[in-house]
Amino acid sequence: MERQLMTGNEAMAEAALRAGCRAYFGYPITPQNELLEYMARRMPQVGGAFVQAESEVAAINMCYGAAAAGVRVMTSSSSPGVSLKMEGISYMAGADLPVVVVNVARGGPGLGNIAPAQGDYFQATKGGGHGDYRMIVLAPSTVNEAAALTQLAFDLADKYRVPAMVLADGMLGQMMEPVELPPFVDVGSLPPKPWALSGAQGREPNYVASFALDPYDLRELNRRRLARYQQIEAHEVRWEEVQTEDAEVLLVAYGTMGRIAKTVVRLARAEGTRAGLLRPITLWPFPYGPIRRLAQRIPVVLTVELSMGQMVEDVRLAVEGRAQTPFYGEMGGVVPTPRDILQEVKAHALQRGKHEAGVRPA
Amino acid sequence: MRSSVENMKPVFVRPKSLSDKKFTYCPGCHHGLITRILAQVIDELGIQERTVMVAPVGCAVFAYEWFRCDGVQAAHGRAAAVATGIKRVRPDLVVISYQGDGDLAAIGLAETIHAANRGEKISVIFVNNQIYGMTGGQMAPTTLVGQHATSCPEGRNPQEAGYPIRMAELLATLEAPVYVARLALFDPKHVLETTKAVRKALTYQVQGKGYSFVEILANCPTGWRMSPVQANKHIAAVVTKAFPLGEFVDKG
Ligand SMILES: Cc1ncc(C[n+]2csc(CCOP(=O)(O)OP(=O)(O)O)c2C)c(N)n1
Repeated sequence: MERQLMTGNEAMAEAALRAGCRAYFGYPITPQNELLEYMARRMPQVGGAFVQAESEVAAINMCYGAAAAGVRVMTSSSSPGVSLKMEGISYMAGADLPVVVVNVARGGPGLGNIAPAQGDYFQATKGGGHGDYRMIVLAPSTVNEAAALTQLAFDLADKYRVPAMVLADGMLGQMMEPVELPPFVDVGSLPPKPWALSGAQGREPNYVASFALDPYDLRELNRRRLARYQQIEAHEVRWEEVQTEDAEVLLVAYGTMGRIAKTVVRLARAEGTRAGLLRPITLWPFPYGPIRRLAQRIPVVLTVELSMGQMVEDVRLAVEGRAQTPFYGEMGGVVPTPRDILQEVKAHALQRGKHEAGVRPA
Repeated sequence: MRSSVENMKPVFVRPKSLSDKKFTYCPGCHHGLITRILAQVIDELGIQERTVMVAPVGCAVFAYEWFRCDGVQAAHGRAAAVATGIKRVRPDLVVISYQGDGDLAAIGLAETIHAANRGEKISVIFVNNQIYGMTGGQMAPTTLVGQHATSCPEGRNPQEAGYPIRMAELLATLEAPVYVARLALFDPKHVLETTKAVRKALTYQVQGKGYSFVEILANCPTGWRMSPVQANKHIAAVVTKAFPLGEFVDKG
């Protein structure tokens, strides 16, 4: 392991190269430009392909070509650009092609702004492109984790032959932190891809497509895909828990918000409120089971997001009425302070306490 | 006595590079002829084992399976970007995109122009039939002025829909392409010329020279509501006026 001080954007780019990524296609957009620029500089040094594409649509379709040719490939963008990538992501899901897409998300909808936000949760986890498919979504909360999850994204995308997204935000992309960089993988040692386009030499041709005119054929393909998705749900759920053992209020937050929520837990405990945190690391597959288990004994499950409330829908699905499920959110690129959230936590704990003491709110 | 069969030698055979998958084209459609020409040239150049075919969305959507070559199906209009992705990571492969006029000149115009402008070392076969064949005969960017289509029932009105876009001339203004030509298929002489142009385009790619573009004026008897014979006459007499034949760039 090598320790370096890097921005999130640079760390994700370097981690990708070390994971064996040998093709990158992208289009400039703030706040992820440093990732593209890093790749422009570094990709030729490792003998890979770099193209600044004419659009995000072109970039993701270049990824489709490179992935079909069997190479580990990545693209990155920010919210408006990721919308344009959704066509290609659907086609890659339909052609069973691995790809890593980084979204350094910003405020929206529309052109929005360049401040950190979490308004792309629905798009990322509920099928932003058309058709019946799933995409692995990993949500880092530190620069170091952004690097680690970028590497994981390549391994999972290859293993299950699915698109994988690293969903970061402008804060993570821009800030500098120490990163532990793993060594370079030997590209030749990665599992072979016998299905890839490499020239039909001494074998029958390989065809890569998301096309199946006969409904029964497409149903069969989708059933096989579903079986892989179920494997992912069974084996790849990742989350972090902080002081959940004795918690009376459970915070659920991911990414930058998850990081702020850790501070909130500390502050709340210092003031006598037993707060805990569950931080989803995989947004799909979502940690429904772990949240459900905690909701059996923690009466308040407070979801905190940089949005109008998107992940909270999954939290409520997980809790299924076992606990109260309030929501606190900020929007438009505004990031709440730990104190703002602490007020919420304390208010819910207080209300709970009154409720238990039989005091009805006036 | 020797049998007469032994004295015969084949003068016309099915190209080895065609797969056994049946064409889905209408009778008399030039797409089938172009597919065959391409397979024949791949045979001649001995590149079947290192060719990758990039199929469009359009009547040629199955082009990724019609060749005994590796093949990939691109999203509508994105074939040039997909071809770019393949060629950049596998420069040893011969990458051919095959696209219709809606695919290449409407929805995929940006991908087309920028792949050409970057000088991607790919070959683009552009089938200009002046109509959207697969979706039932709507107006294409190449539809002639006055030509009827299901989405311009009174004929293409240039005041509203502009004029047919001349892709070969447009790409010829760029510095990077090494070969840009427009051919037709309305008689045997032109079929041979088209074959020659396709051979040149693929040869330049094999030699690593750069981007090549072969536009082929094709018919659509079904969409045009003409017999194949009428359609050929129409191309010779009318279509070639709007889309002059020729080699616009040849830096070979
Ligand atoms: C994004 C998207 N938009 C529209 C379509 C529908 N569509 C399929 S083929 C086609 C046009 C095909 O026309 P052309 O490219 O001229 O090829 P041809 O069928 O004439 O060979 C269209 C619009 C699609 N498949 N995808």
